[in-house]
Amino acid sequence: MARIIVITSGKGGVGKTTTAAALSMGLAQRGKRTVVIDFDVGLRNLDLIMGCERRVVYDFINVINGEANLNQALIRDKRCDSLYVLPASQTRDKDALSKEGVERVLGDLSDNYDFIVCDSPAGIEHGANMAMYFADDAIVVTNPEVSSVRDSDRMLGILSSRSKRAEESLEPIREYLLLTRYDPMRVANGEMLSVDDVQEILSLKLLGVVPESKAVLNASNAGIPVILDRESDAGQAYGDMVSRYLGDDVPHRFLHPEKKGLLSRIFKG
Amino acid sequence: MGLLDYFASSRPKGGNATLAKERLQILVAHDRVARDKPSYLPQLQQEILAVIRKYVEVDMDAVSVTYEQEESHEVLELNIILPESASTSGA
Ligand SMILES: Nc1ncnc2c1ncn2[C@@H]1O[C@H](COP(=O)(O)OP(=O)(O)OP(=O)(O)O)[C@@H](O)[C@H]1O
Ligand SMILES: [Mg+2]
Repeated sequence: MARIIVITSGKGGVGKTTTAAALSMGLAQRGKRTVVIDFDVGLRNLDLIMGCERRVVYDFINVINGEANLNQALIRDKRCDSLYVLPASQTRDKDALSKEGVERVLGDLSDNYDFIVCDSPAGIEHGANMAMYFADDAIVVTNPEVSSVRDSDRMLGILSSRSKRAEESLEPIREYLLLTRYDPMRVANGEMLSVDDVQEILSLKLLGVVPESKAVLNASNAGIPVILDRESDAGQAYGDMVSRYLGDDVPHRFLHPEKKGLLSRIFKG
Repeated sequence: MGLLDYFASSRPKGGNATLAKERLQILVAHDRVARDKPSYLPQLQQEILAVIRKYVEVDMDAVSVTYEQEESHEVLELNIILPESASTSGA
């Protein structure tokens, strides 16, 4: 039985797809059989971030509609044997995601994988609901910014009332906070909400803090999940996140501004 | 980063993150109250209004029902405004 993880947020553009790519690659690198599914039907970005866009033949909707079988649609990652990508369709709309269809595909995958990572579209409508409905775990991706935190809180309300686990009164979805695009310098200057501020409001288990980083754009330019850039701060932060998700006790990094150069130290006295 | 920026950035708490946090706390508290309301509230309000109207002529908005979740319990508050003549019209 695979564990189903949804990467969700409510607000758009906060780093869900970046996170889905990093998490799935990180799990697969640790030997876990992992499949990552793009629920962002109509936009289809995950394959770009994973760097497999030219190998897409069939997609999630084709499988749901019985136009292709799973083996035809799944794309094996070239860098890591135990990772597969199920891309979204670019031509359909989100209503093509039927609950029964999604359930059947997840059920079929469940026997052959350890983890199913669902990259949710933005918003709190049908597509986002389908991505979270069957989840066991939710990673709520949040930026240290008012509207993002608010939308994350709304999403928490939805997870705890409209998911399968909620509707069937099963053990609730395990919810984790991932704070991304964190700028420790601006936090130190009092310009940006701190990780403690956000935690105080959302009170979730903190899975990680990913700093605002040039490495993320670099990685997406090249189609390489940023977690593979081990030199980079964001890559390391995502690596830590995966370890924590798997139960390791890893201290948080990148929470404070880097030690500054001589000049600023002189001025600071 | 210029020299001036070094001075600027060494000043603690120059920004308004505190304001953001305060606004968020209020916003999120409101959202939570709204979504934790039981879905039967509007119907409850309608039915109570109907019952009251059997005995007293009251306006549509004479009955208000509020619901609040405190730490350990929920408070359901019913507020009924009777017209001034209500007590004299006696049923
Ligand atoms: N830690 C980071 N540092 C810098 N840029 C980032 C970081 N995380 C994400 N970004 C950038 O933010 C943008 C949005 O990221 P991403 O596509 O992962 O978000 P999303 O939540 O999936 O968006 P959508 O809601 O549209 O699906 C991208 O341009 C990405 O490069
Ligand atoms: Mg996305």
